[in-house]
Formats: sequence, structure tokens, C-alpha cells
Amino acid sequence: MDIKSMKNYLYWLYCQFELITCSYLMEPWEKLLFYTFNITMLVMVLYMAYIFVPVHITMAFQFFLHLFGNQHENTVSIVK
Amino acid sequence: YMKTDRLYKRPFNEAFEETPMLVAVLTYVGYGVLTLFGYLRDFMRQWKIEKCQNATEREEQKDFVPLYQDFENFYNRNLYMRIRDSWNRPICSVPGAKVDMMERVSHDYNWTFTYTGRVIKDIINMGSYNYLGFAQKAGTCQQAAAKVLSQYGAGVCSTRQEMGNLDKHEELEKLVARFLGVESAMAYGMGFATNSMNIPALVGKGCLILSDELNHASLVLGARLSGATIRIFKHNNMQSLEKLLKDAIVHGQPRTRRPWKKILILVEGIYSMEGSIVRLPEVIALKKKYKSYLYLDEAHSIGALGPSGRGVVEYFGLSPEDVDVMMGTFTKSFGAAGGYIGGKKELIDYLRTYSHSAVYATSLSPPVVEQIITSMKCIMGEDGTNVARVQQLAENTRYFRRRLKEMGFIIYGNEDSPVVPLMLYMPAKIGAFGREMLKRNIGVVVVGFPATPIIESRARFCLSAAHTKEMLDTALKEINEVGDLLQLKYSRHRLVPLLDRPFDETTYEETED
Repeated sequence: MDIKSMKNYLYWLYCQFELITCSYLMEPWEKLLFYTFNITMLVMVLYMAYIFVPVHITMAFQFFLHLFGNQHENTVSIVK
Repeated sequence: YMKTDRLYKRPFNEAFEETPMLVAVLTYVGYGVLTLFGYLRDFMRQWKIEKCQNATEREEQKDFVPLYQDFENFYNRNLYMRIRDSWNRPICSVPGAKVDMMERVSHDYNWTFTYTGRVIKDIINMGSYNYLGFAQKAGTCQQAAAKVLSQYGAGVCSTRQEMGNLDKHEELEKLVARFLGVESAMAYGMGFATNSMNIPALVGKGCLILSDELNHASLVLGARLSGATIRIFKHNNMQSLEKLLKDAIVHGQPRTRRPWKKILILVEGIYSMEGSIVRLPEVIALKKKYKSYLYLDEAHSIGALGPSGRGVVEYFGLSPEDVDVMMGTFTKSFGAAGGYIGGKKELIDYLRTYSHSAVYATSLSPPVVEQIITSMKCIMGEDGTNVARVQQLAENTRYFRRRLKEMGFIIYGNEDSPVVPLMLYMPAKIGAFGREMLKRNIGVVVVGFPATPIIESRARFCLSAAHTKEMLDTALKEINEVGDLLQLKYSRHRLVPLLDRPFDETTYEETED
């Protein structure tokens, strides 16, 4: 029952996507073209994210660590 | 602000909820995608990859000025054709509360249609201008019209001024004058022609026409044909109208600075695309203050507003003598065809001689005249039958509008107007709404560009006194379902305040007489 309502909900979401992007009105070959383009772009964006996001996050983490690291050294020296 | 309260005897509830930002952005996205595909299809058609099924110039004319390159034709080929099955649907019975429709399918994406032979019966009709339910094929009106048809025949074969002036026309005009409460009236064969052919007879060069932004094409055409200067004021906005009137009186005609010969204000009783009612008390106060003339087009409001159906003048409790030219049509509430103009006797006598329609157009057909006479007597309560149609329409209107607003749709217009526009916005939803409602046996009219602004497409319901509460409940249930299916419930119950004042305060002083 849960699977069925989940499938209905996903189908309803797909219908909303069709209505908003007007692929509801397109002929089958136009739909194929449109979806191919969209899915290709989406896959490319996800692949770029997969490759580059960990690198960016580690670089940002190191930058902030360096910033806070300097401050820690200063406070420690004053307390001493 | 305080002074305008004195002019209105009843609350004036009109609302146009703002388009939600996300919906507007997504609508533009949808139109953008369709435009890109439109360019692709046009490219394919030009390079003969795809068969070109729309009208094009001949080979010899390809070097002339292009005929089909503008936006309207692009829209027609690429967007309108995709959803064309929601319009021009052929009906095969009288368009009453329920109607029969011939089923048709298209095998080449709406370029051509074929009839399957099946007739879809008893579709609830929410699209006909049948406000008082006079579109019937049985009843007193039909019997009287059949009797007159056997007496006079169907054709008149002449214009009003030659041999087409029947005694039925004289009887009709006296009745219309009595119904409206004016001195005299004249009836014409076509409602559109009443506007477009009579405004040129009333104003000419050297006159000024102040016309509402959303006036009907017949008023616009009549104004342009007359040759007068036309200035547009914002829809139903009295501050804009007053500013234009002040400028006109102070500055006069553009180059010569002479005073205008006449200033004519063109407004409609109910605007059929917005469902809004004109602010008549304020317009009349302004007209009296600045000494101009008022032309009121009551095409949709005659018979539909007012406690006894006399139109928007009765709805506001005003006197018909304040309106100089009262025009209306018999097409909507009376179930017939044609139009009328009512006013002072001198005005109507002048129009009998100088109107283009009287001189050149064929007069009304006798069975149609009899239909108007019988239905008007029925509304006035003079024929003995006591069918409270106007009250039924008012009840239906209030109920339907209230339920739709409660469901969460964005509905434009005044609380009391029987025209109910429901906003759709996105182009795919225009086609989807029409088709889904037809699947559920309800016929609706959906409207898009160019009749409305490009992102504000809507579905327009026209209520009727012939709709019973059960029919309305069925329709509301289906609209609710389709609204959930297509995600149409955009309303956030945030109403734009009616009295936003970009201009200075208006001053409505009492006249000195």
C-alpha cells in the first residue's frame, strides 16, 4: 500500500514537471529531444559535483583551520 | 477617501490577487521552452525537413514583405496549434445548462480534426453567456417565437430605413425603453455592430474619447473608426480617469489648445475577461463635475445585475438619466441576438437617421425580436410566470464564487459578477484544464494570449440561472479534483488592497444644480 501511494505520488510529481516545462504539449520526438538534453545536463552537473565538491570542501576546511589556528596560538601565548 | 464612501450604497468587493512570484517565473520558463521548440520547428519547416501545414506565401512572393513573421503568427503556429482542441468545439444542441457536443479526434496534433461520429451528451455548460437561462428549446419564449416565425417568416430583406421597419421593431423599442427607464431606445441586428457603427455617429474629429484599458474590441473599433482622439485610463481606476479629464479640460486639443468639442467616457458594465464591475457612482460624479458624456456598454450586465435585472445602473441604485448613452446586447441574458442603444429622445432620433447600422445593416429578424420581447416581459414579471431568474443567478454567483475561493483558487473580479475567471497562468495547464474538464463532462472556456496578457491565462466560467445547485456541486467537485491534479490552487489569501492611490486624492464635489 505504501509502495502504491509512493508510486502515485511520484507519477503526480512527474505530471507536474511535464506541465511546468510544457513537455505535456510536445510531440513524442520533441519530448525525447527535451528529456535527452535535460538528463544529459543533469548527469554532467552531478558528475562535476562528484569530482570537484570534495576537493573544494577540503580546501575550504584547511583555509578556515589556518585562520583559527593562528588565533589559537596568540591566545595561548597571552595566557602564559 | 471619506467622500467616495457616500457614493456607494452597498459594499464594493473587488479583488485581483497578485500573481505569486514562483508561478510567474515558472510560466516564463514554460513559454521559454515552447519558444525554443517553436524556433526549432520553424527551422525544420523552412528547410523542408518537416511538412509545412500552415499558411505560407507562394514561391513567387518569397521576396516580398513577409506576411507570417510577426509574433502573433509565430504564437499561432507553435503554441496555439498545440492546444487548439479546447476551442471551436462543435455543439449540437441548444446551449442551455447542459449541452451535447460532437466528439472529434486529431491524428496529426491538432492540424486537422475528424469526427468519430459519437455525440457526448449532457455536458454541464459553464461557458455559454446564458445568464438568465433563456437558451431553451421549449417554453413560452420558444412558442411565441415559433408563432411569429410562421406569421412573418425569418428574413427581413431590408434595412431599417428602407423596408425593414416592422411593427415588431417598434414594439420592441418601446419595451426596451420602458425596461431601462429611458425615454427612447433603438435596436440593431448585431451587438458588435451596435458599438462599432454608432460611436462614429456620436463623436468625430475634434472630440476626445476616454476609454478603459480593457474595453471590448467593438468599443475600440468604434472609437478608432470615429476619428476622435483616444486616451486610455487604467482599468477601473478613477484617479487615472480624473487626471485625464483634468488634463483635457486644462490643456484642450493638442496643437491648437482649443477646447474639446465633446468628451466621451467609454466604460463597460461588467468586463468579461476580469469579472470586474465598473465603479459607476464615481464615474458619474466625475462626468458631472467635468461636464463630459458617458457611454455605458452593458453587454454582460443587463439582466444579470440589479435586484430586478435592470443592469448595473440599478445595481448601484442610480438613475438611468445620469448615463447619456446606455448600450447593451440581447445576446447574453435574453437568449437572442442583436443590440440596443437607449437614451434621450433627441439622441435616439438622431441615431435613427445618422447611424451606419440603421442605414446599411439589415434589421433584426422577427422570431428573434419576439424572443427578446417575451424574455424581457418574463424578467419584468409581466407575463404571469413568476420564475425568479435574477435571484437564482445572484444566489448561484455568490455560492460558486465563495466555494471556489474557499478551495484556494485565484479568482478575479467582483463578488457579484456572474463571470468567474479562474487563473491558470501556465500554457500547458490551459490545454490540460480544458481536456480534463471535458473528460469529466464539463465544458469550460479557457482563454490565453492574445485575449489576456501573456502570463495571465485563465478559465472563464459563466454562471446561469438555469444551473441547479446539484449541477454546480458536481462542477465544483470536478474543479476541485482537476485543481488538485494540476496544482492550480495558488491562492495565498493575500488580497491586493483595492484603494491603492498612486495619484492625488480625488475630489467629488456635489454639483451646483
